[in-house]
Amino acid sequence: MKAVVIIGAGPAGIRSAQTLMAHGVRPVLLDEAARGGGQIYRRQPENFKRSAVKLYGFEARKASGLHQTIDALRGQLDYRPETLVWNAEDGALDTLHEGRAARLEFSRVIVATGATDRILPVSGWTLPGVYSLGAAQIALKFQGCAIGERVALCGSGPLLYLVAYQYAKAGARVVAVLDSSPFSAQARALPGLLSQPATLAKGIYYRSWLTAHGIPVHQGATLKRVNGEQRVQSVEWSNAKGEHRLDCDAVAFAHGLRSETQLADLLGCEFAWNPLNRAWLPQRDHAGRSSVAEVYLAGDGAGIMGADAAEMAGERAALALLEDIGYLIPPQRPDSLERSLQRISEFRNGLERAFAFPEHWASETADEVVVCRCEEVLAGDIRKVVREGHWEINRVKAHCRIGMGRCQGRMCGAAAAEIIACESRRPVSEIGRLRAQAPIKPLPFGLEVEP
Amino acid sequence: MIEVDAVIIGGGIVGASAALFLSKAGRRVALLERDFCGSHSSGVNYGGVRRQGRPLSQLPLSQRAHELWGQLPQLIGIDGEYQRSGHLKLARSLNDLHALQHYAVSSQGFGLDLQLLDRHELRARFPWVGDVTAGASFCPDDGHANPRLVSPAFAQTARRHGAQVHEQCAVTAVEHDGQRFRVSTQTGLELHAPWLLNCAGAWAGTLAAQFGEAVPMHAGHPAMLVTEPLPLVMNASTGVEGGGIYARQVARGNCVLGGGQGFALDDARARPGQHAVIEILRQAVELYPFLEGAQAIRTWSGTEGYLPDRQPVIGHSSTQPGLLHAFGFAGAGFQIGPAVGQALTEIICSGASKTPLDAFSITRFHSISVA
Ligand SMILES: Cc1cc2nc3c(=O)[nH]c(=O)nc-3n(C[C@H](O)[C@H](O)[C@H](O)COP(=O)(O)OP(=O)(O)OC[C@H]3O[C@@H](n4cnc5c(N)ncnc54)[C@H](O)[C@@H]3O)c2cc1C
Ligand SMILES: Cc1cc2nc3c(=O)[nH]c(=O)nc-3n(C[C@H](O)[C@H](O)[C@H](O)COP(=O)(O)OP(=O)(O)OC[C@H]3O[C@@H](n4cnc5c(N)ncnc54)[C@H](O)[C@@H]3O)c2cc1C
Repeated sequence: MKAVVIIGAGPAGIRSAQTLMAHGVRPVLLDEAARGGGQIYRRQPENFKRSAVKLYGFEARKASGLHQTIDALRGQLDYRPETLVWNAEDGALDTLHEGRAARLEFSRVIVATGATDRILPVSGWTLPGVYSLGAAQIALKFQGCAIGERVALCGSGPLLYLVAYQYAKAGARVVAVLDSSPFSAQARALPGLLSQPATLAKGIYYRSWLTAHGIPVHQGATLKRVNGEQRVQSVEWSNAKGEHRLDCDAVAFAHGLRSETQLADLLGCEFAWNPLNRAWLPQRDHAGRSSVAEVYLAGDGAGIMGADAAEMAGERAALALLEDIGYLIPPQRPDSLERSLQRISEFRNGLERAFAFPEHWASETADEVVVCRCEEVLAGDIRKVVREGHWEINRVKAHCRIGMGRCQGRMCGAAAAEIIACESRRPVSEIGRLRAQAPIKPLPFGLEVEP
Repeated sequence: MIEVDAVIIGGGIVGASAALFLSKAGRRVALLERDFCGSHSSGVNYGGVRRQGRPLSQLPLSQRAHELWGQLPQLIGIDGEYQRSGHLKLARSLNDLHALQHYAVSSQGFGLDLQLLDRHELRARFPWVGDVTAGASFCPDDGHANPRLVSPAFAQTARRHGAQVHEQCAVTAVEHDGQRFRVSTQTGLELHAPWLLNCAGAWAGTLAAQFGEAVPMHAGHPAMLVTEPLPLVMNASTGVEGGGIYARQVARGNCVLGGGQGFALDDARARPGQHAVIEILRQAVELYPFLEGAQAIRTWSGTEGYLPDRQPVIGHSSTQPGLLHAFGFAGAGFQIGPAVGQALTEIICSGASKTPLDAFSITRFHSISVA
């Protein structure tokens, strides 16, 4: 019999699994990571014994709740960690587990693949000692170590303050928080943010805590370049007051998050431009149904809404799936989930205004800046192709290799799109969408195949 | 309304090189491309620029293409990463080696200069080839190039020589009013010309059928894959007698491999398919042992037209004067494409191609009924 499959064991995937199990449907849960939890509640290796409060702070209860859920379900559902889904076609998923390739046919699939940092490169970002905000947080959560002794945290998005707080709390020296979004944007965004007072309070708390502990927080601060010979030695940044320089030995930066949408693409889901996320996203209805009958979408993989929303969306998508295969579901539950999701989405609107996308990034980025580090493509290389008359992103890719390397554009795609749009004077929504190709992550030669 | 000497349907390497040579000869040309020039077969192929292994009937045209490739920078303004690395055709058995010997004898006189290598000579000259091979045939002047750069550059250069190049401009209707062709496009253009060139690749059958000469063409989708950059080891492009996995290494170290068939996603897009990808990943290490443990970072495919005899149709329509066909290159039109464009130009400018095209006449299918 074909399986009901969930891809991704983050908050969305785990709540999906739990909901299916509660109705007697036993799914296969595939996750690339070794231990369930996803990005935000990423777990430390089994032999590490730090407390949940230490690791997840305010989120400790939620993290433990989710971990307990997966631990309790583990024995009952068909949970397959360390399993990469590298392709989807013909109603089946192609997986790779410990060097072995296998196929898994599905009757229905919930795609809960989550998100990664959105990177807007600056000069020097490929130096050792520069990390994404997410990677900096993972180093702390997963390995229990900081990325440096004197850390500068830059970019924008809620993760910026959270990571700063977590680093400082863990005893690392945060030399500054450089937030690219201006204070005025954050004041304007307040109405939207008030729809989730608790979350807003947390954000304000992080910031006041940082200030109270003498950590400089600068708004409207643009990271200009990272300096260093062998590794990071300082950063240069600017604000309305002028140019500044700051010594540090590590930098973490990002501008919000981007959804991991490749699997939805390979599964044939229709995409639409989403101005809020400034990205092409697989379309889903309020319940999480995609444009393909067997495919459901949940969590940050189909648009960034954060961990709480991911849990709800996971449950909602599972209920939709159950309903579609003829199960009776609690009649009030879908509505109440959708209402909560709606509230979070208003908050999310506010967040996006508060942490506004740095519109000037593309025009201010020098030709020498490396945009794609896999293929060593510079901003100037992209601009040159655009000046030759190309503006469609897949065409530009064909000409200068942007997005063709190891990461297949997952790291550089968003930045490349901004540069192409700016140089060709088109809106970023009008330059096409990078098409996903298998494999989603690299595949080794000489792999074995499960019979 | 646009009045030109020739309308070309299809901005692949065939249509674009026809546009280039016709414009250079002073003809007014409009090149109409449904998507972007060089975005289909011509831009996504394996990049093999080889004569070795072609049917003898193609060798005169292929040899001519070889000369054009030799002047690529003068022709299109870029080197297109073209390199004459040599092409090594591997034999997996003595039988296959005999077949290669036979080909070497029969292709003598066409300028291929094939060198047959037995097992020991092969090991000595190309130590990176796997032990499963029984020998090989080496064509020293064949090579490879980057199709993503080369094919669009033909269209770009045609434009510089005065051709009108219309991208995202699908041809929707073609009529002949007794005097000239009237071609309409999805974008609302109307073009008139005494000559119409059907260079629409895997999609060319529709127009042929409209003029009463349907061909039994089907679409194929060769599966392709590329590795992360690896230390440089391959100093020749390779193929396998009787089919199998072909591979080349580009200057920056990535190895490009092909083998097996993918599937169509829709009329214009294709994917390599997990089956072909896994087969390449498993079997390539036998032929190219240095790939063991390397990583494949991307796969792709394209849409290519195949006729039953795996030979193209090139030349006059037999039903409509002024209509020229050039399609059905069966996975081997990248190398030969520029020469085809040149031959079509000669038909228009001087009445006949300098290279014989009889083997490629569309009339060879006329007795076959097409279901
Ligand atoms: C480093 C980082 C830190 C974050 N911190 C916070 C935070 O503190 N607060 C907050 O609200 N939000 C945070 N976020 C946002 C985060 O995306 C969501 O809050 C939440 O984790 C989303 O849950 P999810 O279930 O949608 O996806 P995720 O938690 O991202 O889980 C997705 C899972 O899918 C797996 N996966 C993806 N692709 C494949 C594949 N092809 N094959 C197999 N498995 C696959 C991944 O390994 C992962 O385990 C963070 C994001 C990142 C990247
Ligand atoms: C994966 C793959 C690997 C290959 N490897 C090699 C190799 O190593 N060496 C080699 O020599 N050959 C190779 N080939 C074959 C080679 O790529 C083709 O034979 C060659 O590119 C054909 O060129 P073309 O111009 O006829 O076709 P195409 O490049 O397909 O161009 C035809 C164009 O016509 C356009 N078109 C169609 N209908 C319309 C319409 N109604 N209006 C306007 N435009 C239209 C299409 O959009 C298309 O761009 C390979 C092919 C593939 C797919």
